Amino acid sequence: MIASVPAAILSAALAAVPAAVLAQGYAGLGAEADGDFAVPQQGAALAFPGDHLPHPDYRIEWWYLTAALSAADGTRYGVQWTLFRSALRPGSDTPGLPGDTRQVWMGHAAVTTPDAHLFDERLARGGVGQAGVTEPFEAWIDDWTMRSTAPADADPLDAITLTARGNRFAYDLALEATGPLVLHGDAGFSVKSPAGQASYYYSQPFYDVSGTLTLPEGDIEVTGSGWLDREWSSQPLSGDQEGWDWFSLSFESGAKLMGFGLRESDGGHFTSATWIAPDGTETAYGDGALRLTPGATAEVAGRTIPVEWRVELPDEGLDVTTTPLNPQAWMGTTFSYWEGPIAISGSHDGHGYLEMTGYE
Amino acid sequence: MLDAHDLRKTYQTGDGSLTVLDGVSLSVARGESVALTGESGSGKSTLLHLLGCLDTPDGGRLSLDGSRIDDLDDAGRARLRRDRIGVVFQSLNLIPSLTVAQNLAFQARLAGRHDPDWQERLTRRLGLDGLGQRFPEQLSGGQQQRVAIGRAIANRPDLVLADEPTGNLDETTAARVRDLLLELVDETGAAFLMVTHSDVLAARLSRRLHLSGGRLA
Amino acid sequence: MTRTALMALLSHWRRHKLQLATLLTGLALATALWSGVQAINAEARRSYDRAAATLGQDVLDRLTAPEGVTLDQFVALRRAGWQVSPVIEGRIRAGGTPLRILGIDPLTAPPQAGLTALAGDNDIIGDFLSTPGLLLVAPETAAQIGDADLPPTRIAPDVAPGTAVTDLATARRLLERQRLSYLLVASEQPLGLPPLSDIAELDRRTPDESTDLSELTDSFHLNLTAFGLLSFAVGLFIVQSAIGLAFEQRRQSFRTLRALGLSLRRLMVLLTAELAVFALLAGIAGLALGYGIAAALLPGVAGTLRGLYGASVAGTLAFDPAWAAAGLGITLAGTALAGAQALWRVARMPLLAPAQPRAWAMASARTLTAQAGGAVALLLTSAVLVWVGEGLIAAFACLGALLLGAALALPPLLIGALRIARPLARGPVGEWLLADGRQQVPALSLALMALLLALSANVGVGTMVGSFRTTFTAWLDQRLAAELYVTAPDEAAAARVRAAGDELADAVVPIWSVDVDLRGRPGSVYGIADDPLYRDNWPILEALPEVWDRVAAGTGAIVNEQLFRGTDMTLGAPLRMAEGWEVPVVGVYSDYGNPAPQAMIGSDALSRRYPDVPRLRFAVRTDPDQAAEVAAQLRERARLPDQGVVNQSEVKALSLRVFEQTFLVTGALNVLTLGVAGIAVLTSLLTLSGLRLPQLAPLWALGMRPRTLAALEVARTCLLALLTWALSLPVGLALAWVLLAKVNVEAFGWRLPMHLFPAQWIGLAGAALLAAGLACLWPAIRLTRLPPSRLLRVFAHDR
Repeated sequence: MIASVPAAILSAALAAVPAAVLAQGYAGLGAEADGDFAVPQQGAALAFPGDHLPHPDYRIEWWYLTAALSAADGTRYGVQWTLFRSALRPGSDTPGLPGDTRQVWMGHAAVTTPDAHLFDERLARGGVGQAGVTEPFEAWIDDWTMRSTAPADADPLDAITLTARGNRFAYDLALEATGPLVLHGDAGFSVKSPAGQASYYYSQPFYDVSGTLTLPEGDIEVTGSGWLDREWSSQPLSGDQEGWDWFSLSFESGAKLMGFGLRESDGGHFTSATWIAPDGTETAYGDGALRLTPGATAEVAGRTIPVEWRVELPDEGLDVTTTPLNPQAWMGTTFSYWEGPIAISGSHDGHGYLEMTGYE
Repeated sequence: MLDAHDLRKTYQTGDGSLTVLDGVSLSVARGESVALTGESGSGKSTLLHLLGCLDTPDGGRLSLDGSRIDDLDDAGRARLRRDRIGVVFQSLNLIPSLTVAQNLAFQARLAGRHDPDWQERLTRRLGLDGLGQRFPEQLSGGQQQRVAIGRAIANRPDLVLADEPTGNLDETTAARVRDLLLELVDETGAAFLMVTHSDVLAARLSRRLHLSGGRLA
Repeated sequence: MTRTALMALLSHWRRHKLQLATLLTGLALATALWSGVQAINAEARRSYDRAAATLGQDVLDRLTAPEGVTLDQFVALRRAGWQVSPVIEGRIRAGGTPLRILGIDPLTAPPQAGLTALAGDNDIIGDFLSTPGLLLVAPETAAQIGDADLPPTRIAPDVAPGTAVTDLATARRLLERQRLSYLLVASEQPLGLPPLSDIAELDRRTPDESTDLSELTDSFHLNLTAFGLLSFAVGLFIVQSAIGLAFEQRRQSFRTLRALGLSLRRLMVLLTAELAVFALLAGIAGLALGYGIAAALLPGVAGTLRGLYGASVAGTLAFDPAWAAAGLGITLAGTALAGAQALWRVARMPLLAPAQPRAWAMASARTLTAQAGGAVALLLTSAVLVWVGEGLIAAFACLGALLLGAALALPPLLIGALRIARPLARGPVGEWLLADGRQQVPALSLALMALLLALSANVGVGTMVGSFRTTFTAWLDQRLAAELYVTAPDEAAAARVRAAGDELADAVVPIWSVDVDLRGRPGSVYGIADDPLYRDNWPILEALPEVWDRVAAGTGAIVNEQLFRGTDMTLGAPLRMAEGWEVPVVGVYSDYGNPAPQAMIGSDALSRRYPDVPRLRFAVRTDPDQAAEVAAQLRERARLPDQGVVNQSEVKALSLRVFEQTFLVTGALNVLTLGVAGIAVLTSLLTLSGLRLPQLAPLWALGMRPRTLAALEVARTCLLALLTWALSLPVGLALAWVLLAKVNVEAFGWRLPMHLFPAQWIGLAGAALLAAGLACLWPAIRLTRLPPSRLLRVFAHDR
């Protein structure tokens, strides 16, 4: 009982983190922005590198990296590295321990193999220096870091190193972008519901990845592709949305697809997609263009979860099926959700990542 | 010496009152031995208890050497029992925590009349030599009764009362014990009254009284 | 058949109401004291669990530094991957009581009590992490601190009493500290971390088992449990004698029932069921009584634990069904134990054997020999344990062997004593009295053993508490040598106190301290002036030469006994009191009632290391006769509140009151145990009185008055009680010695000199006589009221 207490307190503290919040039945919490928090506005232009840094006046924000990897022997792996920022009140923290904490940070890291899913979690308050995102670009919580290694004249996210360490795993990866940043929705203004809830959302989907995974059985050299999502908001979701299914797909053609469906309590999906051409040209599709159909399910952490999906985007001639590398890719963290690498087959072949929240 | 006149005794029972003695008069002289016989429940033991100052009559008079004893208080009756009366019951006469020698001497010492020579003679006569340091529970029934007789006599009482003193013993032992009792009582010259069922035994005493329905026949 | 048989069996109790009452009383008493003590123990354990759970402090390693840990060190460790969590801990006064502040970081803290109160409420979390913050406290603590000037409180039932869990930043503000008290190190750490020492220079310490609260208080609870067990055993003595007699008296009924066709098995089932029903009825009554006892004693127990160990225990009792079930269970088990012998006899009783009276409680000479042998073995074991035993368990085993051995030795010793006394008897009655007493010993031995145990416990505990009290009073005199103690609210008032004091009093000596970790435990160091106040009075136990000169010069420190013994220190050993500041320990002083380590050193030396600590407390020396007047003047001139100046005599009175409160429970249990022993004697005598008649009737027939016999019965019982008391003295003193020389040192870290209190013994002799006298009074009075016919029936023909 007592062991679950910190989790319980944090589930409240970080109630504004959307993916998990939805999953935990806090759907309503993020629906209306507190009067004190800033709200995303359509038409506001994103500016880099400044927007790589935190936006403390918004309630929630994340730096979310997933990578589909393989070893020399062909074994496939997946890696996740996430830093969440959740504001108790808007504004930056005063350095030190002044006693009015505004920002709470949470880190999730995971390695997925065909037969294991290893993950860990970190929490920190703002101000003391235990976690944060600063210039020159570094996002960190404890010893988990995402640090820019790009030359001064390039975008800081063009080249990064990524480290994390749990009780049973660790990784140390180098990532280099082979394409530009991609803005979703209307130049980065991504609508999440018919009622107009929205976030700022951009990605760097063009990472080549190489590095080392440390697993209980030893070190493994891996290579593959990575995808970074950046998103911040104060009122991302509407009250009747139960959870979401989010896909990042990299096809052998060099094209990519970001697509998500927000499951509504009446059973429908509010979908949104961005088709990314090999050169980085993006095409945004609004609600209804993308079709998501759940397929085979699996028993995961006591829940029934659709681990196979049919993903269709007729406008781009896309009709594929996704299958998980490991159906048991459950993040049993403070907020629990499914997050793992998938293989794509059908009209297009390739690899990607799937996140599913809100399955009770 | 012992005179009883019109003694009455009634017990309260659950169903009313039960008259056990209904006007009993008798007298026993010094040196005389009297047998008291009667059916079970005829009141023999009750009469013996009244005569021995163990219980008090509801009516009538009782006197010893001419002085009234029926109206004595508890302390007076206790003194009388201690100083002048010797009693032998059928069983459980002895004090279990004291040795045979202590039991023999107990009443005499209580009365302040302990005579070591007399006790030694008695011990020998009773055939209790060498048993002085034993405890009652280590003796046979016959031996126990002999101790009880010795104790009653050691005090040189004026009156010796016995209530079926051999009733618990086998016939041979009983005969030996009662011979001893009669002999010793005779030697001391005390008045003697014995409750008994046995006609043979009754015949050996100087007089016989028969109790029936609470009255002497 | 069963119904008829049951009616026949039960009719016995209708005719022997007293016996039934005895049986039920014995069972109820046994249950009451046992379950009462269990309830107290359980409540205390719950409090400890809360205290331990308030921080995973009993299992996790800690990182400490003499002057505290910095926030930077914490962050550096986290950024190197180490899973550590910061804690700021200290005490403040709130609403007149001390409040332990436990400042934690909820985001990195290990599993943590209290925080459930925050779960699921986003606003509350925000409040907790913000200014003014939130204090999570137990309900009783909330009531205690009332409307003190503190951050808002929120009730968290699982937080230990007397503790407030709050955010790190709030704690830092309340305690006016900059640094962290320590870092907790999670038991599991990530793969491949760099060594701790590469990141921060901190001492890593595994929690010391011996400082663990529950370990420390175990001795106290063992004590209580022992008392409870003692009472339970004594209660069972009562039950056993009542059951034994009832079965004996019903032999004829059993035989008749069986002859009429009731099977032995059904008879046994009926008898067992009968006992079980009695046990349940008495058990329920006993539970109610036990709950009452526990509720009445608990505030005292809480006081004791606070006074001796600084452990906070809630003063109110919660009802726990599991406790009740366990209590009933133990009653049933006890009844089974007490009734087993009687049931066994019934089971083996031949159907047609003649009914013969049997002295069922009589023990043979062989039993006596066996008892004596067992006693010798146990007493030897106890002696061996005294010399070779280590630790609390050995000490208590030693006590157990001593008490049990003494109890077993009692019957042979009493018989021996009565035999030796034989030549002293004058006259036949005296002889009979001794002889009869000797014969009664086996029958009364269980009750007398109970009395012996109760008396020994009284002597032992009385001696211990008395020794403690004598030492404590003398120590108070030494420790509180100054006539007045002044506390100023701020620096300005302190300056006024100094100015006024210089004029009014003989001397004004500042008393100030800093909170420092001493050998790994939070403690304090006092800076003391070189003053006769200390030189002439301080209760030094052991010291190197020129101790006061060295302390004054700052080249040596003196430490309290707890620190000295707790860390196996030797004189001359270095003691670190700040980063880079170590001085040798040059002396040890006694410091009773303080669970924390403490050291003292010259004021100048300490203020060089800690220049900013305010000095607000002073000892004021003056003519004792004028103390009251000087106090009044000081209050006026320094403009101090009333409680700012305290008279030495008031402090002493308060301390003694706390002391008395501390041992209230012990005293109450002593009286209760003695009371139960008295009841055991009473019921034994009542049980025996029926069997006594054949032994007394011949004496009556030979001319002894019932009143005389009754008086002799009383005399005999009192004689046995007095002999038992005499034996209890050496046993009790041995008990006290073990308590003082062994248990105390293990449990408290203090060694106390043993003082003897003969007046107390005389009092106890009186109590023993009173208990025995009262116990035999009723049987004696019944004897004087017996009609002759009842006595004559003994001699009746048809037995």
